[in-house]
Amino acid sequence: MATVSMRVNGKAVSADVEPATLLAELLREKLGLTGTHVGCDTSQCGACVVHVGGKSVKSCTMLAVEADGAEVKTIEGLAENGQLHPVQEAFREHHGLQCGFCTPGMIMSAVDLLARTSDPSEREIRDWLEGNLCRCTGYHNIVKAVQAAARAGRE
Amino acid sequence: MQNFAFHRPKSLSEAVSALKQADEGKLLSGGQSLIPVMKLNLAAPSDLVCISSLDELRGIRTEAGRLIIGAATTHGEVDASAEVKTAIPALADLAAGIGDPQVRNRGTLGGSIAHNDPAADYPAAVVALDGEIATDRRTIKAEAFFSGMFETALDDDEIIVAVSFAVPDRAAYAKFPNPASRFAVVGVMVAQHKSGTRVAVVGAGANVFRATDMEKALDGSFDPSALDGVAVSADELTTDLQASAQYRAHLVTVMAKRAVAACG
Ligand SMILES: Cc1cc2nc3c(=O)[nH]c(=O)nc-3n(C[C@H](O)[C@H](O)[C@H](O)COP(=O)(O)OP(=O)(O)OC[C@H]3O[C@@H](n4cnc5c(N)ncnc54)[C@H](O)[C@@H]3O)c2cc1C
Ligand code: FES
Ligand code: FES
Repeated sequence: MATVSMRVNGKAVSADVEPATLLAELLREKLGLTGTHVGCDTSQCGACVVHVGGKSVKSCTMLAVEADGAEVKTIEGLAENGQLHPVQEAFREHHGLQCGFCTPGMIMSAVDLLARTSDPSEREIRDWLEGNLCRCTGYHNIVKAVQAAARAGRE
Repeated sequence: MQNFAFHRPKSLSEAVSALKQADEGKLLSGGQSLIPVMKLNLAAPSDLVCISSLDELRGIRTEAGRLIIGAATTHGEVDASAEVKTAIPALADLAAGIGDPQVRNRGTLGGSIAHNDPAADYPAAVVALDGEIATDRRTIKAEAFFSGMFETALDDDEIIVAVSFAVPDRAAYAKFPNPASRFAVVGVMVAQHKSGTRVAVVGAGANVFRATDMEKALDGSFDPSALDGVAVSADELTTDLQASAQYRAHLVTVMAKRAVAACG
């Protein structure tokens, strides 16, 4: 067992984990943050995307011990004072989700994109979401939602 | 995933000794190849030695006509680097086309070439740009480094520190990606150097190789039409679910032409 300490959604947390524990397992099973989903075992679906040190990563492909000392943000950390984050709001408004399984990862990935570029083209959005699979929506409304969130952010 | 002892050395020398002392130790860099393999229980190391934040393995600089990139530099950092974009824009493009943003935020140059997946992109650049691999104990030339499918010339406890690339007059990388993973079904890097043109192919065979007939044709005339009717033999190429060897041979010429055209 190893003790890891990190800040998750702004709060300091510590937990005892086996070195083989994935960051996704720590978040879901030890910290109860089940908004981070696990949709595959091949690192391909992106349902597990969270931010570590401000960058989007697949939490199923990172060890919890690698996040020791880091700043971690999950889907639960986006809303502030009961107000949805603009990207969450845009997904709701533009029907960017159906079953919702891919949504936390999609949103965490999109938030990273918009932190890098405030006015992405449709092509850039589609390229950026390469690592996030959705079995329901056909992606069009997801792209629309990200475009709307980008517009809202620029206003 | 099977358990293991986790080490986070503070220096390269500590990393080397942690690896030497381990029963069946493995280096962990970005984890974007190793962790998926361990999750499927295809690897079960006794110890993992984490090297992703060692200062000695980081940094990007140009020196005497060569671009030198630390082994722990992520694909995303190579893509975003002004230094890389100025010296060898084709290398930044190649890094930008690896997998997806989250893989690029963690995966590293050193990890990619040590893994030597036959469909990985970086080996094409290392070979076409006359790469030299600096380790904790020696320097290895690109063509001696990539020894076979998932195999390299590295000793079990050897650590890649940096890769140096010759800055070419012009270069471009063209890839036909697998639509699901973005790995190369076929990828071709064409680089024109003062010493001659190099054409390096990944994805098509079990290991990266140079298409020497194409190099000769391009040394004659650096134009896509110089490759009309020039093809690699399908004999040694891969046939799998995605493509037959014949189709891959066809794609090598198409990708090589696209790369030459992109050189401008
Ligand atoms: C969904 C997905 C899509 C991908 N798509 C592509 C793609 O399109 N193109 C592509 O090229 N790759 C792709 N990859 C692979 C990715 O580029 C990996 O990042 C890379 O192959 C491994 O780098 P890493 O730093 O993650 O290495 P790790 O996974 O940490 O390590 C890989 C191996 O290298 C060894 N190693 C690591 N660093 C060193 C070092 N400094 N010295 C010696 N040995 C070392 C490790 O011990 C291990 O055996 C993809 C991966 C995923 C999960
Ligand atoms: S759970 Fe599918 S990529 Fe992480
Ligand atoms: S909304 Fe169901 S997987 Fe995307």
